[in-house]
Amino acid sequence: MLEINAKGIYYRDLNAMIREAVAKGEKEIVVKGVNGQYYIGDGLVGNSTITIEGVPGNDLAAFMDGPTIRIKGNGQDNICNTMNGGKVIIEGNAGDVLGYGMRGGKLFIRGSVGYRVAIHMKGTKKQSPTIVVGGTAGDFFGEYMAGGVLILLGLDAEDGASLAGDYLGTGMHGGLIYVRGEVDPNLCGAEVGIGEMDDEDRATLKETLTEYCKDMSLSFDDVMKKDFKKLYPASLRPYGNLYAY
Amino acid sequence: MNHDYQKDISGCGLTGLISKKRRRVSGSSIVKSLCLMNDRGNGLGAGYAAYGIYPDFKDFYAFHIMYDDAGVRFSAEEYLKNNYHIEKIEEIPTCPVKAIPISPLLMRYFVSPLKDRLVGDTRPDDFVVSTVMKVNSEIEGAYIFSSGKNMGAFKGVGNPCDIAEFFKIEEYEGWTWTAHTRFPTNTPGWWGGAHPFTLLDWSIVHNGEISSYGINKRYLEMYGYKLTLLTDTEVAAYMLDLLIRRHGLSISMACQALAAPFWKNIDSKETDEAEALTALRQIYGSALLNGPFSILFGHANGLVGINDRIKLRPLVAAAKDDVVYMASEESAIRAICPSPEKVWSPRAGEPVVVELEKK
Amino acid sequence: MFRSLAPPEYLAKIDTIKCIRCKRCIQNCGWGVYSWGGDKVLINTSKCVKCLRCFHYCPEEAIEIVDSPTRFKSNAYWGWNVIRNIKRQAETGGIPLTGMGSDLPYTILFDNLLIDACQVTNPSIDPLREPMELRTYLGKKPSKASFETGLDGKLRLKEKLPPQIKLKLPIIFSPMSYGSISLNAQKVLAMAAKECGIVMNTGEGGLHEDLFPYKSNVIVQVASGRFGVNPDYLNAGVAVEIKIGQGAKPGIGGHLPGEKIPLEVARTRMIPVGTDAISPAPQHDIYSIEDLRQLIYAIKEATNYKPVSVKIAAVHNVAAIASGIVRAGADIVYLDGFRGGTGAAPSVIRDHLGIPIEHAIAAVDDRLRQEGIRNEASIIAAGGIRSSADAAKAIALGADAVGIATAALITMGCTTCGKCYTGNCSWGITTQRPELTARLDPEVYAERLINLVHAWEHELKEILGALGINAIESLRGNRERLRGVGLDSQTLDILGVKPAGR
Repeated sequence: MLEINAKGIYYRDLNAMIREAVAKGEKEIVVKGVNGQYYIGDGLVGNSTITIEGVPGNDLAAFMDGPTIRIKGNGQDNICNTMNGGKVIIEGNAGDVLGYGMRGGKLFIRGSVGYRVAIHMKGTKKQSPTIVVGGTAGDFFGEYMAGGVLILLGLDAEDGASLAGDYLGTGMHGGLIYVRGEVDPNLCGAEVGIGEMDDEDRATLKETLTEYCKDMSLSFDDVMKKDFKKLYPASLRPYGNLYAY
Repeated sequence: MNHDYQKDISGCGLTGLISKKRRRVSGSSIVKSLCLMNDRGNGLGAGYAAYGIYPDFKDFYAFHIMYDDAGVRFSAEEYLKNNYHIEKIEEIPTCPVKAIPISPLLMRYFVSPLKDRLVGDTRPDDFVVSTVMKVNSEIEGAYIFSSGKNMGAFKGVGNPCDIAEFFKIEEYEGWTWTAHTRFPTNTPGWWGGAHPFTLLDWSIVHNGEISSYGINKRYLEMYGYKLTLLTDTEVAAYMLDLLIRRHGLSISMACQALAAPFWKNIDSKETDEAEALTALRQIYGSALLNGPFSILFGHANGLVGINDRIKLRPLVAAAKDDVVYMASEESAIRAICPSPEKVWSPRAGEPVVVELEKK
Repeated sequence: MFRSLAPPEYLAKIDTIKCIRCKRCIQNCGWGVYSWGGDKVLINTSKCVKCLRCFHYCPEEAIEIVDSPTRFKSNAYWGWNVIRNIKRQAETGGIPLTGMGSDLPYTILFDNLLIDACQVTNPSIDPLREPMELRTYLGKKPSKASFETGLDGKLRLKEKLPPQIKLKLPIIFSPMSYGSISLNAQKVLAMAAKECGIVMNTGEGGLHEDLFPYKSNVIVQVASGRFGVNPDYLNAGVAVEIKIGQGAKPGIGGHLPGEKIPLEVARTRMIPVGTDAISPAPQHDIYSIEDLRQLIYAIKEATNYKPVSVKIAAVHNVAAIASGIVRAGADIVYLDGFRGGTGAAPSVIRDHLGIPIEHAIAAVDDRLRQEGIRNEASIIAAGGIRSSADAAKAIALGADAVGIATAALITMGCTTCGKCYTGNCSWGITTQRPELTARLDPEVYAERLINLVHAWEHELKEILGALGINAIESLRGNRERLRGVGLDSQTLDILGVKPAGR
């Protein structure tokens, strides 16, 4: 295990240290005293695990493919930007535009998230991303969603409070969103259908949330006590009639 | 109405704090917070504003003026002497910084308008506004960049740490601070272009570009404002002056004019409120600041943070004891307040309004 | 009578091999071009106006209408129409009439203005996924608002606003009277206005009872002829418009000949069947600006203070006139530009009087701002709005909304042949002949007009999105987002627009 004290270190130097350690085959890296350093894990490949103590800066795990990053505090904006694979676990809250164009891997957040989370997340049969938000989400959650799985738990939300903001799933044309609780259709984009869970959905949830609960030290049974709603794209081509040819 | 101008655009980072109990905080805090976000700027502009820094002259307007040369100073002071009682004139204290080889002449004046200049029902504030407009648009090479009471702005071309050192920011103590690091995309290299922008007690730091600038500018011109600086931020400062001081709107209503709720949300409110908000948009459509922004605005009685209505720029708030912090990034807050009691992200268009406790 | 020396404009041709002698062309042509010769269709090509009704209804595609190849010797100065008009005037001693807006090749300012878009420093907005607001309110607004918070802690407006016309998007249908167009054409406008959440304008011919169900989407017009004006009419719509002038014929009155006044038109206009309906050039109770004020308030008194719009042609001194109109109490100033359409106007007037709408918007918006009264009235700009791009440019120059008429008629079949004044419109639009008007099925054509408005709505949202703004009020008067191409510096100065590259 390698321990790095990041206090006062500029991001380029810090990331060079991490990159060098990963290149040398270091599997366990703990970075302490992080505050605001950008690009941690940016473009990083492999299967190392990086634990971050503090609040890392923007674009954490951008373009990452493989490693696991655990943040023991809050995260900022643009985490998992265009991420290809690997996993990011955030024990606190996180900011806006998380998982933009994310193509694979997992992003688990214990707390709440800001605006435009999981924007244009996409997946294929071979490779599919997953984001789980333990708290609530801001507006435009799952905007342009084109694939993958997005789960919103609202674990600490009051009964009856809306878990997502406005324009939920607006422009959605692929993937699935699961919301633990009722969904107000007025908050959903026009392209979104609201449906009930089927066996396949339950299997997906079970697999993903078992892993999530383990990572977050939560009880799976407690999380599953509430019913989920499923949001799905009403059409793969929602704007077919928009243009004149 | 001049339309043939080249508008200045810039990206940036901002931070601010306020002690609700009016505890005066050293400038070193805000400098530390801002310097953490160095990479949000490009070293071509930074600035600070502070409230409560001139307790000995708190009843006088504190004019901070930059001059291109000593000759301009003479004509501007001539004008000031004819219109104001000048309690004190001094150079703004600065410290030589290697990275800032050249600077304008920076002067500070504590003034009050001469009684006989306040014709009719002109209030001192109106008179000061007209002075600022006149000097900034008519006296070439002179620029009043701060004009409030017991507050001041300090700004220039340089990175946040150098500008702080240059103006000896750490030596000031204020209960409200805002700060800004700038990423201008065209480089006039002009000190006046840095944030904060101020008018009277209003000070604005701003991140983002206001895509509605053209109509905001023309709307303000209708009310006599002269937009000489060609930046979005100037618009925000004057708009607040117009809506709050001259039109008497509350801070909350002014914020809802600047970042108006969507019709969809207005329509779903109950009748009276829907009617009020509809009227607000009907009347103040040209005041809507459209496009990405987060803004901190300080004033004599508090600090307000606000986002555009679809939150295209970041803003994080935190609180500990009687201090509220707001910044572009959480880490900028944690740099000076490692363990806040509460950290939150304000929703789009919903202002964080913090007021000083009554004295 | 001797044969006219003005040669025919068009040549109608029928391919006799393709022709199956179904005679549909004979039935469809309102101009009498075709007749039956016993074994084939005979053609009187001098009557053809190239409205293409026959072409569309020929099942065998046997018809071809071409510009007559027989022309006067080509001359860049003495053009075809110049010579032809002289010959017609020599033969008749009359004033050549025309319909539609001017088609002369004056500079089209709209085509010399380009709209901005966002790159990097501010993001464009996706109008399909994110909110995009076009809602527009027309009417007088106070310069500032005041609110109070009740004892219940709820927000209230202290002083109510004068009445406003709510539009779902900043487009209205410009005035076209019953008489100048058919009742079915007016029904199309009314139905589409209701469906699209906008308004149509009756024009000066009164309000037919068939339009009563659409009242909340109607502006009623009072012009110098005062046709169909009574208290019920004034109170029928959402606003009243005083028509001073029309872009296609500034300073000119109107004349709907008696033969176009059948029973229904007569009833609606409240005049006897078959008498000429004459609209004097001026409103004879308005010889000066204070008289306008008197009429505005007479109407306001009669309607319990509905919004009053004043429609003027864009003329040289339009800014000062508009300022006077606003100060006289109008809630809306309706500017009709040089390219504005008409059912009938002398060509000499249409083609040579007035100024383009682009200049007028810029001048009026500037003047009202200089005088600090821009909030006192909304500006509707009309006269040649051809597309959503024109609309966006007009709004960026300073209009609150645009009026469209020709574009609306084109959705009903109009091909801009310009012969509206003959009353023979084969598409059933500018005619009162029952066999012709019956062709215009309001339900069918309303759908086409609704499609057009919806398409423009989408396009306006795309333009706003590219500009990175999500409410139309941020485009209104935002000339910073326009650039001129190939315009001289004085024109740019008048428009308040920078040249491209600056």
